[in-house]
Amino acid sequence: MIPLSGDLGDTKGVVKEKIGSFGTTRGTSTLKRGFAHMLKNGVVMDVTTVEQAQIAEDAGAVAVMVLDKLPSDVRKAGGVARTASIRIIQEIMDSVTIPVMAKCRIGHVYEAMVLQETNVDMIDESEVLTPADENRHIWKWDFTSPFVNGARNLGEALRRIEEGAAMIRTKGEPGTGNVAEAVIHIKNVNTELRRIKSIYDAGDEQDLISVARELKVSYSVVEQTASLGRLPVVNFAAGGISTPADAAYLMTLGCDGVFVGSGIFKADDAKERAQAIVLATTFWEDPDKVKEAQKMIDERQSMLGLDTKNLELRMQERGSTA
Amino acid sequence: MSGINIGILAVQGDVAENILATKMAIEDLGMEGIVTEVKTPEQISDLDGLVIPGGESTVIGTLSLVNGSLKKIKEKIANGMPVFGICAGMIMLSKKAKDRVVGEMDQPLLDFLDVKIERNAFGRQKDSFESEISMDKIGISKFPGVFIRAPSIIETGKDVEVLSKFNEKIIAVKQGNILGTSFHPELTGDISLHKYFVSMIRKKN
Repeated sequence: MIPLSGDLGDTKGVVKEKIGSFGTTRGTSTLKRGFAHMLKNGVVMDVTTVEQAQIAEDAGAVAVMVLDKLPSDVRKAGGVARTASIRIIQEIMDSVTIPVMAKCRIGHVYEAMVLQETNVDMIDESEVLTPADENRHIWKWDFTSPFVNGARNLGEALRRIEEGAAMIRTKGEPGTGNVAEAVIHIKNVNTELRRIKSIYDAGDEQDLISVARELKVSYSVVEQTASLGRLPVVNFAAGGISTPADAAYLMTLGCDGVFVGSGIFKADDAKERAQAIVLATTFWEDPDKVKEAQKMIDERQSMLGLDTKNLELRMQERGSTA
Repeated sequence: MSGINIGILAVQGDVAENILATKMAIEDLGMEGIVTEVKTPEQISDLDGLVIPGGESTVIGTLSLVNGSLKKIKEKIANGMPVFGICAGMIMLSKKAKDRVVGEMDQPLLDFLDVKIERNAFGRQKDSFESEISMDKIGISKFPGVFIRAPSIIETGKDVEVLSKFNEKIIAVKQGNILGTSFHPELTGDISLHKYFVSMIRKKN
């Protein structure tokens, strides 16, 4: 089981107050990570309008992620990509019952603060937007709202967790409609997890300490992760997922769920595709059901997509060294 | 019978946590039994008890409807199988649900628990909270309540027993073979409520 307790208990994000005769605590690791646990085996869909959010909810999305532009349009538009309009986020929050997430720029503490005040359910500190500070991500323990962060490998994932991320997703290469990078990233993480698990099982503390140095994280995070043999928070796949088969494949690699960005609303059969991707994610263990889901979409209506080899902008590299 | 067979509805949500808590509860009671993930009507038909875990009720409902599980669960509950609905699971068991902001909902429900539920009754994720609560009627005087975008019960029918309230809001109920909570016992390490549910199954068998 994925543990719920974080490393830092008593931080700025933890708020104690009285409601009636009851003492309550908000913003704890249990609540932040627990929220992510409730999303497991689900699909989070990128949306830009109320209409898309309602299609996502009806299709069985477990949450929606509000952006100003879908990642593929961010890629095309160039310029600086920032957090979405607060008014649109609020309209979407008022029109769907499922959780609403929104993205802030990497390291942009105040965009995140604005999203927390807006009361979004989870904040994605995302490489899809133009980073504000590539050297230092947000210190997420200062927030009461939970964060999700992208990662390409175990080191990035654990550094984000150490900063207070309650959930991790692979970065993939957003806005390409190409799942290749997400596959590589989750396999990277899995390979590294197997390696540190074997070190842990062998009882070689010295080697684990050198892993911690190599990954630039504290020993305690490495030790906890190694003992579990998986990331200590919920881990979703993201980046380039376009079809039910893409989603199901990532589930087989051990992901707890998927984020779909441009893949749905950049396709011409968004409604059917949204439903089909949910079905494939839920019933990924049953190839026949995944086939039925895949049958619901028409490949001629999938987004065209991009070869990730020839990209001018590799979003996944943003903030990856910090 | 060699042991009880408890299923955790594994469509979406925090399934693994409930498997662990239920296994620990069985062991702690000195009983024999198995706890498995269930998704299909066939798997559900063999069960002595079912936990519907936390997650998104719209998702769990829609997908259980698609593959015929919803119908099978209804049949089993009607025949007396004990069922424990947690958060989204309790919403699933109810007759009526509305959302605090969006209003009346038209989502697939099991239509057993004679209550009206208000979804997201305490607010959004930032307002999610932990607080100590009590369920004296079932012998649990202190329990760590973990409320995540939690629902509450705003109306109850005559057969519904209120087990706990938080600041006047109903957060735990029992109606015959049905147990429901707004909060998440599976996230706490305290297995007393899962033990109570397992003993409901034991009495039944």
